[in-house]
Amino acid sequence: MSTATYALRDSAIMMRRDIRHSLRYPIMAISGLMVPVFLLLLFVGVFGNTLRAGLGAASPAGGRYVDYLAPAILVMTAGASAAATAVNVCIDMNEGIIARFRTMAITRTSVLTGQVLGSLTRTMISGVLLVAVALGLGFRPTATPIEWLAVAGMFAMLTLALTWLTIAFGLQAKTPAGANSLSLIPQFLPFISSAFVPTASMPAGVRWFAENQPFTPIINTLRGLLTGTPIGTSAIVAVVWCTGLMVVGYLWSRARYNRYVTH
Amino acid sequence: MSARIAVRVTGLRKAFGDKVVLDGIDLEIAAGSVVALLGPNGAGKTTTVQILSTLISADAGVIQVAGFDVGREPQAVRDAIGVTGQFSAVDFLLTGRENLLLMADLHHLDRPVGRRRVEELLVRFDLADAAGQMVMKYSGGMRRRLDLAMTLLGEPRIIFLDEPTTGLDPRSRHTMWQITRELVADGVTVLLTTQNLDEADELADRIAVLDQGRLVAEGTPSQLKRRIPGGRVRLHFRDADALTAATHVLGEDQADGAALVLDIPTDGTPQSLRNLLDQIDKRALGVETVTVETPDLDDVFFALTGAPHHEQEAST
Repeated sequence: MSTATYALRDSAIMMRRDIRHSLRYPIMAISGLMVPVFLLLLFVGVFGNTLRAGLGAASPAGGRYVDYLAPAILVMTAGASAAATAVNVCIDMNEGIIARFRTMAITRTSVLTGQVLGSLTRTMISGVLLVAVALGLGFRPTATPIEWLAVAGMFAMLTLALTWLTIAFGLQAKTPAGANSLSLIPQFLPFISSAFVPTASMPAGVRWFAENQPFTPIINTLRGLLTGTPIGTSAIVAVVWCTGLMVVGYLWSRARYNRYVTH
Repeated sequence: MSARIAVRVTGLRKAFGDKVVLDGIDLEIAAGSVVALLGPNGAGKTTTVQILSTLISADAGVIQVAGFDVGREPQAVRDAIGVTGQFSAVDFLLTGRENLLLMADLHHLDRPVGRRRVEELLVRFDLADAAGQMVMKYSGGMRRRLDLAMTLLGEPRIIFLDEPTTGLDPRSRHTMWQITRELVADGVTVLLTTQNLDEADELADRIAVLDQGRLVAEGTPSQLKRRIPGGRVRLHFRDADALTAATHVLGEDQADGAALVLDIPTDGTPQSLRNLLDQIDKRALGVETVTVETPDLDDVFFALTGAPHHEQEAST
């Protein structure tokens, strides 16, 4: 078998291990879903009426705030899920089994790739569940099947980018708590984006930041695909951001993993 | 390399920051033999194993395992070795069987072959009943057995056992010893680190004594014992008064008040024994029994590493 085949096979084996972990110890995966569901309920049920009034021209067809918010909360689902992965990775790296993997003739980064693939699976499931909750709250997407596919693709790209980045956080941090606080960054960045209110409503400095940070084009792309608001150049910018973050996260993770010293 | 040499180390050095952990180690392990790396905590045993098993890199030295250079050909080295460390290298969230199947998959064994070997190892390591349980619920001894079983699944030619019995109860320790002997019978090369002299004596063909990053002695257990000439005569006393009286005559260096014994160094000649017995008779020292002790590895170890010859437990 070729090196590439072995790499795929080793990664698939490590992914199975990661998924088994999630099934045995599901609390991290569940908490990764609870946060976005809570935000959705809070912002739709409590702040929804006031926020909708402030949307103005950004309001989607039909004018319901849940239609504006749901695509953004989908993005936050990926962030929360990636944070859980960072903690998992940090805990896992302190286990003796990782030292064993490192003394075995297996594809070097397959442990990390397995965790990324496991995280991707978990996050896609969380995304589907979140959309289901949003539908229950009155979310009425107008997406065609092709647009749904594009939504899935964009969501997967975002998840891969965030997961590689947070895996680097997990490897960089000495403790699970440290990993968790580093991964707060991608969790909180969406608050200063077009997630809850249009960027046009923000003060100049904040607005500049909100319009130029990665989450805004990603949210605008998903919102456009799901509810028909204009996308413009957001899609291409979103893809560039995700690819860039993914490459940085991958190279950083690989460097940390190779330098990693046990005990 | 010669096919008969499994591990060849020349001039191995390693420092962590300012702290020199290994200061020029030379070591050769013949294929199919057991070498014990014996030393106190902090001597550099684990670091040596970590370097030999490609976990960390050396600062200097030529290090070959199974004929491959650990720095340049780490994957070839990994293909030949198995490692069981003092920290359980098992997955706590998987069952015992799943842990072994994971190893079978990672060694790219065919499914039926892998499954058969997993079941064999579960039986051999007395884990068949607990095979479906999560490892989190295993006892220390069970974890260590599973750990070794996982190491053996890939049928390595060279095995590193880093303090394999530390923290185990006597029964589990003997099980580990038994398994190690079986490995050797199968022609596997074993490098074992231990702080336990009995363990080295019990298992090893050769012992290398490591102290503060240097090898201070190397040889077979009996060669090492021969390095300490003579032995000692142990006098057992009726009571503490008799012991105290005797220390005034014979010296109190090697007195043990709790055990009521006094050790007298001897070169083992009949003349020295006769002189000692004469003295006991003449002074009417209350000696109950006399035993002659040959030097054991403890003596060798303490003599070589400069630690106190025997811990002073004498009452004050």
